[in-house]
Amino acid sequence: MATVITPYLTLGAILFCIGLYGALSKKSAVIVLLSVELMLNAVNLNLIAFSKMGAKPALAGQIFSLFNITIAAAEVAVGIAILIMLYRNKGTADIDQMDSMKR
Amino acid sequence: MLGNLIEFLSHGTNLAFFFFALIAIGGGIFMISFTKVIHMVIALAFTFLSLAGLYVLLEAEFIAFVQVLIYAGAVSILMIFGIMMTRHEDEENIPRRPVHQVLLTIGCIGLFLLLFYGIQQASFPAGKAETAPDNTAAIGQLLFNQYVIPFELLSVLLTVAFIGAIILAKREED
Repeated sequence: MATVITPYLTLGAILFCIGLYGALSKKSAVIVLLSVELMLNAVNLNLIAFSKMGAKPALAGQIFSLFNITIAAAEVAVGIAILIMLYRNKGTADIDQMDSMKR
Repeated sequence: MLGNLIEFLSHGTNLAFFFFALIAIGGGIFMISFTKVIHMVIALAFTFLSLAGLYVLLEAEFIAFVQVLIYAGAVSILMIFGIMMTRHEDEENIPRRPVHQVLLTIGCIGLFLLLFYGIQQASFPAGKAETAPDNTAAIGQLLFNQYVIPFELLSVLLTVAFIGAIILAKREED
């Protein structure tokens, strides 16, 4: 049974899969971080769609997605700081060079 | 099927949804296929902007503005700064680990098919939506009454994360 919320959920699934592919296949650490952001955005889209068209529509979904956005902002800030630190120490920003814990 | 599609596209809201969804998916696909890092960031900025448009369609105006400010503004600019401060060669086009690439593609498409099957099978009973006349005021009242403790915890977390980021990225010699 298709209801009006189905297109939003499908779009969220597509964006999540694109983000997953980007996070696991790209070489540059900046793009991996950005792909994780895309996955979080897909989750936010689901939350907001359910907050309008769910079984019990409430503003709690929007509040939760605000919290989600805040966590994502903190994650990006710390991620970029770690990336700059690694670049300063190792001279590269590629994911496949960051393997010092494998040895 | 085609009649459904024409009926779907005859409403203004559905047309706007189709437009924004097309830009969002297109931005993601371009992010996957571009070879220069800065172009990928610009493509994803378009995705974030069109998601803000979708939030307006879902009557979440405050979240839409937050999305434009934080994602299209702050996060994209921070990523561009990160690219500026590190050196990037262009991504090579030839996949270096073909087995990994093939497995990853199969896994992603499989996950999408699973999610799509689940979404199509499930029935979502639509509740009665009572829309607040002023979205921002309603969110503010909920945030400072019912959700005040998570809100304060989150502000502490944000402060700690930003101080940590500054200390991490500080030069060590000075």
